[in-house]
Amino acid sequence: MAVDLAVGIGALRLANPLIAASGCFGYGTEYGDVIDLSSLGAVAVKGLFLTEREGHPPPRIVETPAGMLNAIGLQGIGVHRFIAEKMPELRARGAVVIVNICGTTIQEYVELARILSDVEGVAALELNISCPNIKEGGITFGCSVHGTADVVRSVRAATRLPIIPKLTPNVTDISSIARAAEEAGADAVSLVNTFLAMAIDVETRRPRLSNIVGGLSGPAIRPIAVRMVYECRHAVRIPIIGMGGIQTAADVLEFMIAGASAVQVGTANFSDPMIWPKLVDGLRAYLERHNLRTIAELTGTIDTSAREKEWISS
Amino acid sequence: MPLDVAAEVLFNTHLSGDYNVLGLAAPEIAASAGPGQFVMLKSGNRLEPLLRRPFSVFETLEADGTTTGLSILNKRIGPSTTLLFEARPGDRVQCLGPLGRPFVPVAPPDEAWLIAGGVGLAPFAMLAERLRARGTAVRLYYGARRASELFFLDAFEQLGVRLILTTEDGSRGLHGRVTAPLERDLGDRAEPVRAMLYACGPEPMLAAVARLAAAHGRQSQVSVERVMGCGLGGCYSCVIPLKATGRGAHYVRSCIAGPVFRGDEIEWR
Repeated sequence: MAVDLAVGIGALRLANPLIAASGCFGYGTEYGDVIDLSSLGAVAVKGLFLTEREGHPPPRIVETPAGMLNAIGLQGIGVHRFIAEKMPELRARGAVVIVNICGTTIQEYVELARILSDVEGVAALELNISCPNIKEGGITFGCSVHGTADVVRSVRAATRLPIIPKLTPNVTDISSIARAAEEAGADAVSLVNTFLAMAIDVETRRPRLSNIVGGLSGPAIRPIAVRMVYECRHAVRIPIIGMGGIQTAADVLEFMIAGASAVQVGTANFSDPMIWPKLVDGLRAYLERHNLRTIAELTGTIDTSAREKEWISS
Repeated sequence: MPLDVAAEVLFNTHLSGDYNVLGLAAPEIAASAGPGQFVMLKSGNRLEPLLRRPFSVFETLEADGTTTGLSILNKRIGPSTTLLFEARPGDRVQCLGPLGRPFVPVAPPDEAWLIAGGVGLAPFAMLAERLRARGTAVRLYYGARRASELFFLDAFEQLGVRLILTTEDGSRGLHGRVTAPLERDLGDRAEPVRAMLYACGPEPMLAAVARLAAAHGRQSQVSVERVMGCGLGGCYSCVIPLKATGRGAHYVRSCIAGPVFRGDEIEWR
C-alpha cells in the first residue's frame, strides 16, 4: 500500500511533516552535502535580524541529562546577506524554506516580512517571539497575549506569506498565547522553543554558560512539549507545528497524535545529521502497520475516552 | 563530503590509565581524511551523553595495501571519553567525517616545527608522515605532564622526526613547558628562518605559540578545540573570535572555518 506523508500547514503543502528546526540547522546550506534538503518537509533557517549579529561569547552550549542548554545569542548574517548568499543554493537544492525572523521592535518584524515577501523560494515566515537568550525584543512579545497579537497583526498586514509564530513555553498558559496568535491572523503556530534553564559548575561555582542562563532542548523536554501541543490543540483551529526532543519516528507520531500537523527536529540533528531518512522510514512503517493511507489523518487523534481530563478548557 | 558510519571497533590499545588508541573500521572516511581533520564520535545510542565529540584523525589504518580504517588518540576526561576508553573490539561507534579544514603542509626548503601539548599530539602522526613524504625536515616539540605520558616517540623517530621533549615534572626531557625550548630555538640565529609552526594542545599553549611565531617572524597554524555540538556548522557553539578590522573580533565556527587557523588571525584572549 502506498502511504502518503504529505501534510498541509494552511496553504503550505509539505512532502512530509519533518521540518529542520530553526537554530539547529544553520542556514540549511551547511547540510547540503550531507543530506538531500529536498527530502525534508521544510527547512526552518537560523533566526535572522535585519543586520548581522555576533551572538554571545562561548561557552554557548552545555550538555545536561538527556538534553542540552544553549545560549548562542542569535549570531547571524542578517537578512540581506542571507538572501544574497544562501537563498540561491537553497533554491537550487529544492529546499522548502521557512525563514525565521527576529526583531527588537515590531517595525523590524514588519520590515523583515516585507523584504522576504519578494524573495523567490521563501515558503513561509516563522516569527521568533520566543528566544530566551536575548533581552531585547523577541521573547518580550511572546510572553504576553497582547505582545503576541501586536507582532502577528502587524506582520499579517505586511505579507501574504504564511506566518507561523514560534511560541515560548516559558509562560503560564501557552494556549492563551496560541489563541491570541490565531485571532491576530497567524496561519499556524510552532511550539515549543527552549525552556529557560541553567547549569552550574559546583567546583568553581561558575555558570556553565557565558550567558549564565540558556534554553533547554532535547529529549528531557519532550513530555512537556507534547502536553503543550495537546493543550493548544484544544485552544486553536490553525495547524500546530510541534517540537521538543524528537529523536525517533515514534516521537514524531506522539506529537502528531497530540495535535500537531507537522513537527520540527532540532537537537537530534546535532547528534545524528542523517536522522531524516530514518524518520521517514519509521513513519511509513507505522502507517503500513496501522493500515493508514495518510499521515495527515493522525493529527489530534489521541483517544482520551477512557480518562477525560476536565482541566483542559476549550 | 562527510560520511556517517557505525564503525566497528577494531582494537583498543590502552597507553596508560587515561590514554588509549581506538581503531575504527571507517575506511572511506580514513581514505579521504587529511592531517588535522576530525571525526565526530558517539559511543552507543544513549541519551547521556547526548552529543558527539570531536577527535582528530590520528592514523589511517592499512592492511595489505588497502585502507581499513582510522584511529583516534583519546584521553579519558569525561563521560564520552570514558566510553571510548572502555570500548571493546566489536563494539560500534558512530563516526562522522572527515570534517574541518586540514593543516596545510609546507615543502622544502621550509622546515616544519610541530608543537604538541598532551593529547594534542593527535593530528601530528599523519601530518609528520605527509611532511616527511615531501622530504620536509620535521621536528616535534612535545610536552606532557610526565614521562609516562609521552607516547609514540619511536614512531616519530622512525619517520625521521627530531624530538624535543618536555615534562611538567621533569621526569623526561626538559623540565617545564613545551613553549620554553620553542622560544629558545626561535631566538637562535643559527636556526632556519623558513619554518612553519604547527600547534595542537591547550588553548593557552596555542596562544603562546602564535605570539612567539609572530615575534620571531615565523608563520603558524594552530588546531583549536572548542565545545562543539554538531561538527557541521549547524549549531554555532564552537565559535572562536578572529580579528576583524574595524569591529574588534568576529566569531567564526571552528568546525567548518577550522579547526586549523593561522595563528595570527585568531583574537587571543
